[in-house]
Amino acid sequence: MGGETIGPIISVERLTKRFGAFTAVDRISFQVEQGELFAFLGPNGAGKTTTIKMLTTLLRPTEGTLRVDGFDPAHEQNNVRKSFGIVFQDPSLDDELTAYENMEFHAVLYSLPKALRTERILHLLKFVQLADRKDSLVKTFSGGMKRRLEIARGLIHHPRLMFLDEPSLGLDPQTRNHMWEYLKKLNREEHMAVFFTTHYMEEAEKVAGRVAIIDNGKIIDTGTPAELKKKTHSSTLEQAFLSLTGHSMRDEASTGAERMRLHKRMWGR
Amino acid sequence: MGVIYIMWLRQLKKYWRSKPRMIGSLGQPLLFLVALGFGFGPIYQKAAGGSYIDFLAPGVIAMSILFTAMFTGIEVIWDRQFGFLKETLVAPVSRKDIMIGRTLGGATVSVFQGIVVFLIALLFGFRVGNPILIPAALLFMFLIALLFTAFGTAVASRLEDMQAFPLIMNFIIMPIFFLSGALFPLQGLPKGIAIAAGFDPLTYGVDGLRWALTGISHFSPWLDMGVLAVITLCAGIVGTWFFSKIQI
Repeated sequence: MGGETIGPIISVERLTKRFGAFTAVDRISFQVEQGELFAFLGPNGAGKTTTIKMLTTLLRPTEGTLRVDGFDPAHEQNNVRKSFGIVFQDPSLDDELTAYENMEFHAVLYSLPKALRTERILHLLKFVQLADRKDSLVKTFSGGMKRRLEIARGLIHHPRLMFLDEPSLGLDPQTRNHMWEYLKKLNREEHMAVFFTTHYMEEAEKVAGRVAIIDNGKIIDTGTPAELKKKTHSSTLEQAFLSLTGHSMRDEASTGAERMRLHKRMWGR
Repeated sequence: MGVIYIMWLRQLKKYWRSKPRMIGSLGQPLLFLVALGFGFGPIYQKAAGGSYIDFLAPGVIAMSILFTAMFTGIEVIWDRQFGFLKETLVAPVSRKDIMIGRTLGGATVSVFQGIVVFLIALLFGFRVGNPILIPAALLFMFLIALLFTAFGTAVASRLEDMQAFPLIMNFIIMPIFFLSGALFPLQGLPKGIAIAAGFDPLTYGVDGLRWALTGISHFSPWLDMGVLAVITLCAGIVGTWFFSKIQI
């Protein structure tokens, strides 16, 4: 049974995802405890986003078992979907709606009562400093503003677990700090677990209670930042990361959807 | 209920806010009414067909609904490409409700577009046979709109990007329109075309709409209604099925 359990919020065992002959995620296992700040680190194309998609019901795993808040994302989708909030790596706002409308849309999808809806939306918009732009169309927003709006949106329904797929991308240090302060506050006060990926190692080192490092679809190591540094005789998490994953650069690979996104990035739209 | 409503509302807001698209999509029906309506009018009259504009207008109204509805359905691909689809797909709501809201929204927008074309046709001399039947005309318009929004969504759910769009345009939308009897009467057609028209769902939509607006039809309006309702239901079910199977 899920929902109110005290077991791990995420538990993954021998999880595998293949796209044709390509194995994006290869028999990975890990657990994230309730209220934990967990960083999922790896080079481009390591399988981070694919893992997140499986955890968030967007992709079906090829093999393995996984539980989110005690439920199986492949079969008990609605229960899983209620338990998490997410900020995707790529934008997922409707450009032709206003900031407020995007927030309201989300709140309705998560069936928040009307009074609570308005209150939380205004509060969160204020927190990400977009209150004065709440009635502007999102297409007039800069990249950083969109990012802030997405973070605010993901928090509306007070999830027990928050997925953040490279949330800091395109944010200035002030906003990044501000965001993490708020997330940590929610973590402390509401015991919200955070599962995040990032390329900023100092951020992971500062924020994460525990870290998993994934490369080529396999988990190489898990532990607290201190443990990983000790194990690799490194003084920073970045050095530890490099010594575990090597120095060669990676291409971002290659589901149909990924390829489309790359194409879009290259050609505008 | 909230989900269906918010999806519906979103379609309406997006439509209302993109004025260029709204106006742009009036260009084609306008051209058909003017070029074909006035161009073929004299010949049609000579062939004792009566007023061609009266014959043509229901067809052009149906056309504008077909195009708007298909495009709104196909918007799923844009939502996928610009990421918004993910937001709806991870929410704890059934995809059936999302599909229903989307389809109702797309259909509402398309019917609105059809009504605008209807009003324009009136300016060009189109005469309504029996105004009491206007609700029946709206019903036919709504069924056409529902059918093709659902159909467009079904098609788009199977596609990853817009590269197939010309294919859809030229091998699905255009044939559906040209073979539907929107532009020519179904009487005395060569066998091949008659059969193709018989398999074209829009044929029944155009025929029913023409009956409601001018009193003239090829089939019985009940047959039109029945066929359209059944196909719409099928498209809705298939569309929902495909939409619920989308993975990202």
